[in-house]
Amino acid sequence: MLLKGKVWKFGSDVDTDAIIPARYLNTSDPAELARHCMEDADPAFPSQVKPGDIIAAGKNFGCGSSREHAPVAIKAAGVSCVIAGTFARIFYRNAFNIGLPIFESFEAAEDIKEGDEVTVDAGSGTITNLTTGKTYQAAPVPPFMQQIITAGGLINRIRKGDTPSLY
Amino acid sequence: MPMTITEKILAAHAGKEKVTPGELISARVDLVLGNDITAPVAIQEFEKIGVDTVFDQERIALVPDHFVPNKDIKSAGQAKLVKDFAHKHNLSNYFEVGRMGIEHCLLPEQGLVGPGDLVIGADSHTCTYGALGAFSTGVGSTDLAAAMALGETWLKVPESTRFEFEGELKPWVGGKDLILHTIGDIGVDGALYRAMEFTGPIIENLSMDGRFTMCNMAIEAGGKNGIIAPDEITRAYVEGRCRRPYKFYRSDPDAKYARVYHYDASRIEPQVAFPHLPENSRPVSEAGHVEIDQAIIGSCTNGRIGDLREAAKALQGKKVHKNVRLIILPGTQDIYLQALKEGLIETFIEAGAAVSTPTCGPCLGGHMGILAAGERAVSTTNRNFVGRMGHPESEVYLANPAVAAASAVMGRIAGPWEVK
Repeated sequence: MLLKGKVWKFGSDVDTDAIIPARYLNTSDPAELARHCMEDADPAFPSQVKPGDIIAAGKNFGCGSSREHAPVAIKAAGVSCVIAGTFARIFYRNAFNIGLPIFESFEAAEDIKEGDEVTVDAGSGTITNLTTGKTYQAAPVPPFMQQIITAGGLINRIRKGDTPSLY
Repeated sequence: MPMTITEKILAAHAGKEKVTPGELISARVDLVLGNDITAPVAIQEFEKIGVDTVFDQERIALVPDHFVPNKDIKSAGQAKLVKDFAHKHNLSNYFEVGRMGIEHCLLPEQGLVGPGDLVIGADSHTCTYGALGAFSTGVGSTDLAAAMALGETWLKVPESTRFEFEGELKPWVGGKDLILHTIGDIGVDGALYRAMEFTGPIIENLSMDGRFTMCNMAIEAGGKNGIIAPDEITRAYVEGRCRRPYKFYRSDPDAKYARVYHYDASRIEPQVAFPHLPENSRPVSEAGHVEIDQAIIGSCTNGRIGDLREAAKALQGKKVHKNVRLIILPGTQDIYLQALKEGLIETFIEAGAAVSTPTCGPCLGGHMGILAAGERAVSTTNRNFVGRMGHPESEVYLANPAVAAASAVMGRIAGPWEVK
């Protein structure tokens, strides 16, 4: 699958309170969460993000709380994927579990600028910056996590077969 | 093959002789945890799995603590969803307002977590229980849903990093200062994906409350878990309290560490982490003149009885500054009652503080102490991100309970030695 969109660029250590502030966590409705996604980091984001757009950020994206509302808000906002140098571990897990594609590449995260047009081949992890013509290779995804994506998230993964199980 | 304490606990729960860092395992869980924000999502996901019952009614803890007592109608709806699920599935560890506490203060206190356990919780500060010599880590709601159904979870075995503390603790320095200093040194992703093992003579003499504080903030350095080898201090805490058999594990002397850090605690002063990251820590003496509007003492980081005693020591016979709101939130009802019996609550109220029922409330900008634009708070909580305690243009400074109390009296960030 080829993901394509305009880039919204953020810095390092984007925390889950920036992605979705706790004052909105009295709901888990994805559409409502999307209306406040990233608003403390960039107030224009929720109203101007377009389907397919891509978030690019530095290291440790999604640090802080375990709230799954964070990747849910990003996905519901229409963002096709997140590219970052590294991801905080709970966010990393959550993104796979709920089916938000994420890619780790220090070079891409550093080079790509706000407003660049970028494509990502979700299967191979090849990131192409259409604005500059440069390509990057995202870090490989462990096979078990690839299976979660292929199944369409963790819940689908474990409910296959008569007896739910992890493997 | 030599293993760390983290590797030994993971191996035992994966039914393996040994595990190595990087390995993916499926592990049995001793307890899983959710709260009023994360459990509602987990419950919705659980319903999709297609199982009729949870894996074990005794091993699921649901603790509404973030927005309770319910702060608005939507929060009430979320808390009700959790309550209804607990009743439907006959869960023995659901804690209602009046009997509840902040989850990470409550579960160890109630003996629901013990040494050698493997615990996952849909809350990032689940890493707190490492203080008991357990492996515990935060996950999202979907992972919680899967574990509620299966009684197991998948984990990548983390590399371990050791943090060794030697020397002697200065006055007013505790677990909070050691961990803030450490995060200041290694950064908010300095232990990303790794186990943080705290060792050395300082840790061996640290109270359980101080140990809980340190392991609680492992996540603020990106750590997967914080852990301290159980000893006689641990034994004194868990004996007669733990509801299940427990097991003490220790790292082998020749276990492999990705890195070892050494700290001379004699050189560590009480710390303050400046906005907007916990890594921005510096000694209180170098804080400069920072006036405050609010001070918060409580949370899963510093809401235990030892923390309240420290705060009371700094507040005894003093008055809160006229420009400051001091809000104190004991971590659990038992802690509240103990503080009452010891006269601490009287000290707080006479000083002009507000004392609240247990709740996470202000820590995450939920309720019970929200900041306006331009306001500043000193807080014993764990995060000082932009907008964490309210308006995006407010500021949070993290500190230990005595520093928060002293700052409330002085109206600015201050060490307890400055309160005359």
